Amino acid sequence: MDVFFRLLGLIFLLPFIGLSAPGKFFWFLAAVFAVNSGISVNLLHIDDYELDSKQDVYKLPDLPFYYDALEPYIDAATIKVHHQGHHAAYLKKFNAALAALREEDPYHASLSAITLLRKLNTIPKSHRSAIRNNGGGYFNHAMYWTTLSPNHEHRDRFPKGKLAADIDKNFGNFTQFQQDFNIMAASVFGSGYVWLNIHFSKAEAYSLNLTTTTNQDCPLTVGLYPILVLDVWEHAYYLKHQSVRPGYVSDWWSVVNWDAVSELCTWWLTKVMQQRDEL
Amino acid sequence: MFRLATRFSAALARAAQAQPACSKHTLPDLPYDYGALMPYVSPEIMQLHHQKHHQTYVNNLNVAEEQLQEALQKGNVTKVVTLQQAIRFNGGGHINHSIFWNNLSPSGGGEPEGDLAEHITQDFGSFDNFKKQMTAATVAVQGSGWGWLGFNKQNGGLRIVSCANQDPLEGTTGFIPLLGIDVWEHAYYLQYKNVRPDYVNALWNIINWKDVQERFAVACRQ
Repeated sequence: MDVFFRLLGLIFLLPFIGLSAPGKFFWFLAAVFAVNSGISVNLLHIDDYELDSKQDVYKLPDLPFYYDALEPYIDAATIKVHHQGHHAAYLKKFNAALAALREEDPYHASLSAITLLRKLNTIPKSHRSAIRNNGGGYFNHAMYWTTLSPNHEHRDRFPKGKLAADIDKNFGNFTQFQQDFNIMAASVFGSGYVWLNIHFSKAEAYSLNLTTTTNQDCPLTVGLYPILVLDVWEHAYYLKHQSVRPGYVSDWWSVVNWDAVSELCTWWLTKVMQQRDEL
Repeated sequence: MFRLATRFSAALARAAQAQPACSKHTLPDLPYDYGALMPYVSPEIMQLHHQKHHQTYVNNLNVAEEQLQEALQKGNVTKVVTLQQAIRFNGGGHINHSIFWNNLSPSGGGEPEGDLAEHITQDFGSFDNFKKQMTAATVAVQGSGWGWLGFNKQNGGLRIVSCANQDPLEGTTGFIPLLGIDVWEHAYYLQYKNVRPDYVNALWNIINWKDVQERFAVACRQ
């Protein structure tokens, strides 16, 4: 996808030929903006993980932003250790767990990461814990990075369009949704996550719900499809906020990438429709 | 069914009145200064861990126990059940940290002596084996929790057990806690970040074996 954007950048340069200086300047700005603003053009960071296809070895993509890009809301030191330390460790152990699973159970080892987590309870017991903790850790952090984005303008952020309407429908209004979310974030004891999920009922009909998970458990295992996640393990906030989790949660709202959350709705809907026969 | 429920509630209320009012729990002082465990645990961690985290468990335990007393007096069984989680979290947190501060000492480290040393050799082969096993079990805790050396009253044996969150060893397993290692991230993150093994390895330099030996002696007498 990187290559695609570079080509797109080159295409932007073509109109330079024959343009006046202001025109060239305008095209240059447009090219820089398109490449650097984080406009994903229907691309989600989570696509970089290839979680929905079987991989012999999964990889750790670079984040879609610099380590200091979420300042002042989430500090650079935390993002760096969170990505290069914690997420990388889960990846390494997940790959090792898959290699061990492959020796004994080629069927399960042939499944994608997402399917493995959805079908966690069918994995042989001797391998289940390793897949749950490390596959979960790998997926959960991929979701976390996907739903964050820089907020250099320091603006309050809100969902738009269908997602906003869905939130109103399921929670009353956005303020109530945030309050409910904050209460759940405070209620997680020890390590875990808060999730906003899609719950599919019938073909293309769904509701939204809020859940929490402990450790590296994820909602896929209980048949839910997550579109927004908050990591409340202490490592997500301790360097900056120490024991004050509510301060971190309050800051986190400022870097939620609501466009990505909306796109994740479509992402899951497409996958679920494709796999409807399997379900 | 209704009469049974009424009698049960009345019995609960009588039980609550028969108990003396709980005196509030308080935060114990550390037996050393916040900086005393350097370089193994930083003063910043010790202060936050004691004044914020442990204090919060104490405060929340007091609130939960007050609410429990009220619920018992009113015969509100639903409320009594609902409060169990808060009592487990905060009661466990208070118990565990109170043990932990005494398990550590600026003049700690080395190896245990006497009966405890003999039992460790008996049950684990050697002190080094015990240390390796306890380190491995503690580092392997998923998420937040503790590694414990516990005493089994039933057979007089020593056991290494890990517990999740603030589950207290004795209340959860029946084993008597001798030595605990806190591996909630707040116990080490500011100094060791994600490298939990370095923190656990460092702690062996400040284990207060006198305290662990005393707990073992008391446990044997029970």
